[in-house]
Amino acid sequence: MSTTIEQNKGFGATLWDYLTTVDHKKIAVLYLIGGGFFFILGGLEAMAIRIQLIKPANDFVSAGFYNEILTMHGTTMIFLAAMPLIFALMNAVIPLQIGARDVAFPFLNSLGFWLFLFGGILLNASWFLGGAPDAGWTAYAPLSTTSPGHGVDFYVLGLQISGAGTLIAGINFLVTIINMRAPGMTYMRMPLFTWTTFVVSALILFAFPALTVGLFLLMFDRLFGSGFFDASMGGNSVIWEHLFWIFGHPEVYILILPAFGIFSEVLPTFSKKRLFGYTAMVFATVLIGFLGFMVWAHHMFTVGLGPAANSIFAIATMAIAVPTGIKIFNWLFTMWGGSIRINTAMLWALGFIPSFTIGGMTGVMVAAAPADYQYHDSYFIVAHFHYVIVGGVVFGIFAGLHYWWPKMFGKILDETLGKITFWTFFTGFHLTFFIQHFLGLMGMPRRYWTYGADQGLELGNVISTVGAFLMAIGAIVFLYNVIITTIKGDKVSGDPWDGRTLEWSIPNPTPHYNFTQIPLVRGLDPLWIEKTEGRKGMTPAEPIGDIHMPNPSILPFVMSLGLFIAGFGAIYQIDNPIWLVVLIIGMGITFGAMFIRSVKDDHGHHIHKEDLDKGAGL
Amino acid sequence: MKGWMGKIRTLFLLSLLSLLLSGCGKENLTAFSPKGYGAEVSLNLIIISLLVMIFVFIVVMVIYTIVLIRYRQKKGQEDFVPKQTEGNKALEVIWTVIPIILLIIIAVPTVSATFDLADTTEKNDSLNISVTGNQYWWHFNYGEEEIQTSQDLYIPTGEKVYLNMMSSDVLHSFWVPTLAGKMDTNPENENTMYIEAYEEGVYYGKCAELCGPSHSLMDFKVIAVSPEEFDQWVEDMQNVNPDATPETASAQEGQALFENSCLSCHAIGSSPTAVGPNLTNFGDRSKIAGVVDYSKENLVKWILNPEEFKPGNKMSGNYSVPEPEEAEKIADYLLQLQPSEVTPESATE
Ligand code: HEM
Ligand SMILES: [Cu+2]
Ligand SMILES: [Cu+2]
Repeated sequence: MSTTIEQNKGFGATLWDYLTTVDHKKIAVLYLIGGGFFFILGGLEAMAIRIQLIKPANDFVSAGFYNEILTMHGTTMIFLAAMPLIFALMNAVIPLQIGARDVAFPFLNSLGFWLFLFGGILLNASWFLGGAPDAGWTAYAPLSTTSPGHGVDFYVLGLQISGAGTLIAGINFLVTIINMRAPGMTYMRMPLFTWTTFVVSALILFAFPALTVGLFLLMFDRLFGSGFFDASMGGNSVIWEHLFWIFGHPEVYILILPAFGIFSEVLPTFSKKRLFGYTAMVFATVLIGFLGFMVWAHHMFTVGLGPAANSIFAIATMAIAVPTGIKIFNWLFTMWGGSIRINTAMLWALGFIPSFTIGGMTGVMVAAAPADYQYHDSYFIVAHFHYVIVGGVVFGIFAGLHYWWPKMFGKILDETLGKITFWTFFTGFHLTFFIQHFLGLMGMPRRYWTYGADQGLELGNVISTVGAFLMAIGAIVFLYNVIITTIKGDKVSGDPWDGRTLEWSIPNPTPHYNFTQIPLVRGLDPLWIEKTEGRKGMTPAEPIGDIHMPNPSILPFVMSLGLFIAGFGAIYQIDNPIWLVVLIIGMGITFGAMFIRSVKDDHGHHIHKEDLDKGAGL
Repeated sequence: MKGWMGKIRTLFLLSLLSLLLSGCGKENLTAFSPKGYGAEVSLNLIIISLLVMIFVFIVVMVIYTIVLIRYRQKKGQEDFVPKQTEGNKALEVIWTVIPIILLIIIAVPTVSATFDLADTTEKNDSLNISVTGNQYWWHFNYGEEEIQTSQDLYIPTGEKVYLNMMSSDVLHSFWVPTLAGKMDTNPENENTMYIEAYEEGVYYGKCAELCGPSHSLMDFKVIAVSPEEFDQWVEDMQNVNPDATPETASAQEGQALFENSCLSCHAIGSSPTAVGPNLTNFGDRSKIAGVVDYSKENLVKWILNPEEFKPGNKMSGNYSVPEPEEAEKIADYLLQLQPSEVTPESATE
């Protein structure tokens, strides 16, 4: 992407290019930068938490501020770091993997990104405007409805805006994968990363509306005096818990399934072997997605739903372990009999297997409701979900970044630095979180600002904090690696790993239109098939012809900016009705941009076939 | 089941856990050495599921290790292309069926324990106590006995005690790890759980649901005493005369001051006022406000500025702060509120 043509452009022109781009490859870069920024922010918040807990009765941060930090850490990491980083990889890879020139709705793709970014900025603006939300990332009512100040209002509106972006992105990928696969790529020939993206997009479609509804009700309770969650007005706070987790549990699968997809690409490539049990892998993915909607109340075993509900949700939750187990064994047997090359991408995949297995084990353990009466809301749970989210999702993102970096940026990330990152991060991760299983059962509840000196919790907490510093070092080395590679790294070929899937058939740098000719897919691992039959690249499915591409547009940016402004109006109108003007102006900007979009014909442009090999449109 | 479970448990705790940690946490706080029925049921289930899961982990790690040793690319084999296996039906059936069996091993005791711990058939013949979670303290109301207390929950050992829980504000969760798992207190509905302590002792309780800045400072205690001592305690508490005149002059003045500026929230005796903790047996407590070390000095400090100890508490700003000398006198009054011989100390003897 960073072609010479671009490097010669001025800063202003590049900026404008990115503000208006509808190219999935550039949107991937935007997601990467945005998600990366919030990942650093969430990481700093995590370090503040661990420093506060390094010794008993510490006062590194005050109690109220601690609650803001822990709320923002969770919210940021889930919504503003993990999700966008995954979208970065999906955007970078999916169209290439299915042999398409772009996504189905390039305009919406850009809109999804800007909504996420402005939602995230709105949420974080709370830091400077009287305090961040402090009711936990789960925002349980009545704590969230009664929390003073505007923190939780920022939470509600920030997530509402960025959530809309996620929903749009999900729908876009769903349509893209259904409609835009290259000829010959049947569903059962789709690479696993495409499959998991497909399933995850469906999960987004069904899960995010529950969050949207919940946030709306919360917004009405806080800003317009309703009482949906207020027991004294006939409301019910448990309903928020249901709405949140009906969204929240599928959300954890929305995060982990793409990571599963990434490992299912990395492991075959570096074992030089076809994915073992492809069909089973696909069905396991679908089954996990399906069951993921039936288990939300396992976050609510202690709410008092009664033994029948608790038993049903316990068993449904355990059932998910079966397809998950199938996946683990299929990955192991993908490597069995292979020819394993261990580089950084592969290291992350190899580190994932034991780490995630531990997270899955504790997952089954917390599913046993009467045992969860002890684990619940203790550090054991903190350990469990970090094993799955860090050991699964974050390891997956690292694996994916190392694997696809040459596709995204034309260069391979430095291997030595990569290995240093892996080993410090991996060690730090286990140091930080393994001990927390014990801390939990030793009586340390989660979300505790401090603990007493006489409670036997010191040693575990010190170890945990030391581990966190190692993780931070690993992350810093990774950043350094990105910078040094960008400056010094050598350009590589379009297929540096001896890849198996379509994206590796494209030359480096990837042309603006991805494929000069759409390829013909003749089976699973299409590029590998061509290679084993002695061909260098894909057989084209069409003659060289004019290529139709969408035009860039600033409107997605403007629409999101409008909602961002309207968000402030909605939050502050409760203090002073004059802010309603801001709300109206903001909505006006958004609707105005939507109106322009509707009436202005934009048919895109064509790249003429005579220009194709001259590198036009790069 | 109890017999062999017990054996496995001892063996297990001895070998694995004590190896990993020097001890398993603080006595009467940790969930690792249960002294109550609920905690024991939970720990048994924890151990069953952990053993099954360790088995799975070992299988995974054995295959993993073999793969990494045997199938690394060797020097000179860069061009070797392995056989592209599609899958193996038999293997796939095995790793679907065996996990299902393993999960059934966990699921059966899970369901039976879930119903066991929710059993309310004996509720009407047992001691019932209403528990209210408040930002940031606990209130206990012995309805039939007409006793109100806060922070310290007295129960008799060896019998099921039913706790009927609600919240007066936001969500909290009642957790005494050594005696039983937790249960949330909700503002709209009453939740019931029972606890049964096997031994006398003082057990540490914590709030396990984020409830505001002082969430981590909402500690309480369960004081389990023999049934005889418990009856004694009930009698003592019932006989408290809230208007009794203290012995020292300072405490007498303190009483007057207290009645003026504190009684609107804090009750003494069985009055149902519970805007703040009931202080009937404050002199028998071992912590102030659940977390502050018990001393007159700290008590005076608390009376003058509770915010220093518990950020965001609901006392700060809602009473007229006395002069320091007055606070001393109020402290003298409160410290002598010792209605019973049955105290945390007697429970640990
Ligand atoms: C074998 C699979 C899994 C099982 C059986 C499982 C089970 C559970 C259960 C029962 C809880 C609730 C515990 C409690 O709060 O008392 C829980 C919490 C959680 N799990 Fe999982 N889980 C599994 C996998 C995952 C995955 C893949 C993710 C994310 C990628 C995940 C993320 C979380 C999170 C974030 C929480 C805590 C949420 C919170 O309270 O803030 N889990 N899990
Ligand atoms: Cu869940
Ligand atoms: Cu709390």
